[in-house]
Amino acid sequence: MTTVEESAPAPEPASAPEERPIGYGRLKRKEDPRFVRGKGHYVDDIQLPGMLHGAVLRSPLAHARIVSIDTSAAESHPKVKAVITGAALEGLGLAWMPTLSMDTQAVLATDKVRFQGQEVAFVVAEDHYAARDAVELIDVEYEPLDPVIDARHALDPGAPVIRDDQEGRTDNHIFDWEAGDREATDAVFARADVVVAQDMLYPRVHPAPLETCGCVADMDPVEGKLTLWETTQAPHAHRTLYAMVAGLPEHKIRVVSPDIGGGFGNKVGIYPGYVCAVVGSILTGKPVKWVEDRSENLMSTSFARDYHMHGEIAASRDGRILAVRVNVLADHGAFNGTAQPTKYPAGFFHIFTGSYDIEAAHCKVTGVYTNKAPGGVAYACSFRVTEAVYLVERMVDCLADELGEDPAELRMKNLLRPEQFPYHNKTGWEYDSGDYPATLRKALDVAGYAELRREQAERRARGELMGVGVSFFTETVGAGPRAHMDILGLGMADGCELRIHPTGKAVLRISVQSQGQGHETTFAQIVAEELGIPPEDIEVVHGDTDQTPFGLGTYGSRSTPVSGAAAAVVARKVRDKSRIIAGAMLEISPEDLEWEKGRWFVKGDPGNAKTIPEIALAAHGALELPEGVEGHLEATTVYNPPNLTYPYGAYICVVDVDPGTGVVKVRRFVAVDDCGTRINPTIIEGQVHGGLADGVGMALMEIIAFDEDGNCLSGSFMDYLLPTALEVPAWELDHTVTPSPHHPIGAKGIGESATVGSPPAVVNAVMDAIGVRHADMPLTPGRVWQAMHGGVGAPQ
Amino acid sequence: MQVPAAFEYRRASSVEDALALLETLGEEARVVAGGHSLLPMMKLRLARPEYLIDINDLSDLDYLRVEGGELRVGALTRHRSLLESELVGSHFPIFHDAERVIADPPVRNRGTIGGSLCQADPSEDLSAVCAALRATLVVRGRGGTRAIPMAAFYRGPYETAVGPAEMLVEIRLPLVPHSGSAYEKVERKAGDWAVAAAGAALSLHGGRIGQAGIALAALGAATVNSVRAEQALLGQEPTEQAFAAAGRAAAQDCDPVTDGRGSAEYKRHLADELTRRALRRAADRAAVAALAAGAAGEDG
Repeated sequence: MTTVEESAPAPEPASAPEERPIGYGRLKRKEDPRFVRGKGHYVDDIQLPGMLHGAVLRSPLAHARIVSIDTSAAESHPKVKAVITGAALEGLGLAWMPTLSMDTQAVLATDKVRFQGQEVAFVVAEDHYAARDAVELIDVEYEPLDPVIDARHALDPGAPVIRDDQEGRTDNHIFDWEAGDREATDAVFARADVVVAQDMLYPRVHPAPLETCGCVADMDPVEGKLTLWETTQAPHAHRTLYAMVAGLPEHKIRVVSPDIGGGFGNKVGIYPGYVCAVVGSILTGKPVKWVEDRSENLMSTSFARDYHMHGEIAASRDGRILAVRVNVLADHGAFNGTAQPTKYPAGFFHIFTGSYDIEAAHCKVTGVYTNKAPGGVAYACSFRVTEAVYLVERMVDCLADELGEDPAELRMKNLLRPEQFPYHNKTGWEYDSGDYPATLRKALDVAGYAELRREQAERRARGELMGVGVSFFTETVGAGPRAHMDILGLGMADGCELRIHPTGKAVLRISVQSQGQGHETTFAQIVAEELGIPPEDIEVVHGDTDQTPFGLGTYGSRSTPVSGAAAAVVARKVRDKSRIIAGAMLEISPEDLEWEKGRWFVKGDPGNAKTIPEIALAAHGALELPEGVEGHLEATTVYNPPNLTYPYGAYICVVDVDPGTGVVKVRRFVAVDDCGTRINPTIIEGQVHGGLADGVGMALMEIIAFDEDGNCLSGSFMDYLLPTALEVPAWELDHTVTPSPHHPIGAKGIGESATVGSPPAVVNAVMDAIGVRHADMPLTPGRVWQAMHGGVGAPQ
Repeated sequence: MQVPAAFEYRRASSVEDALALLETLGEEARVVAGGHSLLPMMKLRLARPEYLIDINDLSDLDYLRVEGGELRVGALTRHRSLLESELVGSHFPIFHDAERVIADPPVRNRGTIGGSLCQADPSEDLSAVCAALRATLVVRGRGGTRAIPMAAFYRGPYETAVGPAEMLVEIRLPLVPHSGSAYEKVERKAGDWAVAAAGAALSLHGGRIGQAGIALAALGAATVNSVRAEQALLGQEPTEQAFAAAGRAAAQDCDPVTDGRGSAEYKRHLADELTRRALRRAADRAAVAALAAGAAGEDG
């Protein structure tokens, strides 16, 4: 792995074990010893006495009326304890559940099945094998209906109405949503020298976490308490929703998210299997485990993207970008189950103005139902920022192609300038900070851009296809200010609690939960930086609603921007209190104390000091405290972010394309990220590495494809391809640092930057290599070859 | 977790024992060796054998040796052994070309050549390799053994000449002097089944092509050897022109379908392109072999 650090503004050398940072810096992850020793504890590791196992019967058809369901053979299986159908759930008022987008979703189908893989029945049996066997004994008679598979025909007159469960519905239209100023934008377009238009599809992809979704539901019939171990990125939101939907009292629900093997947005929502497991536990009086298999995960859980976009970019003849407008047809599948702040049905897609200083912008997004799995926003996308960045970064390359300009120079010419921040873009965002030209310049330097272009010219002369792709992205993450951002009315502010034990060790309780992000390390480092106690002395508790304060969870790169801020704020509260106690200990006014990492000392007398552990012991001891000061050393906070944060970066990808086969080899990838303050560079680099691999995968091989009958063609890893070490180059990383001015520690979030920024860099590079303006992802060898030969590519 | 339907498991102690079990248990019994094709199909419940007969103890089927002018490969020989064998690589570099791009190390550690050939997947790399090399397959039943040419062994997708109570026990590859071979495959990612692949083997005699074997994978249900491509090469000098003619013939001989791996048009192009590439490398290797034989004073 090549990591370019030489040119970093602040050198961050790998620290030897004895040089563990007290605060920010490179620190091996505290959670890794248990993972590398196989001691992680995932949902499927949970074994409870008497635990039963659930399995789901799924629809083989994309659209069909259910004529009858015969469960008698399954019920007479000797190991089966319960068979649950939609009809049974109807009796409990649970056949349908609300989605995170104010729609409803069938828990188990009652009237119709609306996508292949939809949940039809749930079997509870003594073991997993018996449950699977019994699922096959259920006899369902279907009356097939015409499906709607291609979103572009969902609104055709006479198209089959998918959601006829909704009274009065006569079409498949979900919403229209607009941002920006249409008239102003049209006016700019009307007078522009150059207008370039391009249709592009960001295909349906899947987060495909290594651990599939699942749960163990344990309803204690004596205590009346439900404990639910779930693969969830948002345990608190789930608990509240279960309380609201199922009518269980919230204090009698405990949701635990144990170790989670990757989420990427796939584990934000509530899946029918969870609800069925809860019902199964209530019916049988036993704990019920349900863990989906790989095919179930790929075919039925939250997909991502599936945006048909028509982009237009207007510019002056000399390459000044004036305006961007977009029309999007959004395929939301059979139920509108996207996870995003409720007021934003297209997520944060309206950040599509990108990193450029433009005069006007407008977008219109139309959401439609199709007979495909529901979901929509999942997959490390920062709520559709991925689609937005892809759109604008492809459009800029199309413009460069039209103008005959170098794509890097065209970007440099149009980037926002540092003095323009805070910058109000034309669709309502306030970009907090940045020095975009410096970051792009650094990426060009690291890549040796001019040399690459020279090499490319030489190779072209020899008939070789080499391409260089550039992308520059701006994210909007850390949702969000509660006045504007909520999910089903739950504001997106995060609680945090910090308690210093008498010996100076600490426990930090956070509302967000880790699926691999390294929270146990990063959050300890945030507190360590504020209090000067070593990160290893700080236990970070997360993922258990009985042990942690309320908050909306980990997705959309919001952990560090929101909960990270909460951790810093709560540590500062403790530090403020420690000052008062130190004053009492030293018999001096707190105002006469000065802070140095880890201790308060008397101004002008540095030797006269009290450390945090000394203060903590005194806070729990017999020391007489000043009037109004309570004992112990702890604090709580709820952090409501004043704005989102805007991480950004410049990426450069170099590819070689085999002219005879269309095979793309990613030769180099340079990523210069700016995520503001860097808490743990090692974890940041890990996040970037993973995101870049994600991006290469989406650009070159990933797609959830369907045939015309709605059969999912990507139901296993034989067909849904994920990149491996063999498909990706040694990443070349660098960074710049422009701290967020409104965030307590200046951090902006890094979790999704690379996934957002890398696909357009790869696609731009391939188009540059083959001399074609646009071809849709995934750029498999066949598609590249077809694009080179004037075709549109095979149906995939 | 994907789990198979119930089945019974038997572990064979010898080839005779395995054959007896096959005969006794009947058509719903399946032989399992590496298990990397059968077990995933069982977990997806696409295959539901009532019995599995495990032959992994039959180490007498795991060998590589030269005998009677042939390389003889035991059916239980693992992919990894083929990939790591200098003997195999020196005579048939096409095996190493192919094995490098077959699945991944865990699969290659367990999967066997016999299992690959008997699975008879139309995308199976080793089927194409054995077809290009004109392999003979030795099939054993309770009544004795039969030797079947590769062309007759492969009967179509997932179908071979192996009878109900028979087992493939050996693959025989004729050693041809002054020969070279190569395999070319396009895949969407490492370890994927081929989008298309071509294997080529040829021998050079007096500067002309003596024998030629061209075989394709993933380019249609019915095609293994491209007979027209082979005929186009016989007696020709190993020139780019001859290879191009063979490539065009291979493209005509194949019958690809449009799917997620690419359009039929693209795959037909690959049949041509990959045949040419495989021939170039095979001819280079044959030339080196001929040169080495000449230096050693052997008579070609």
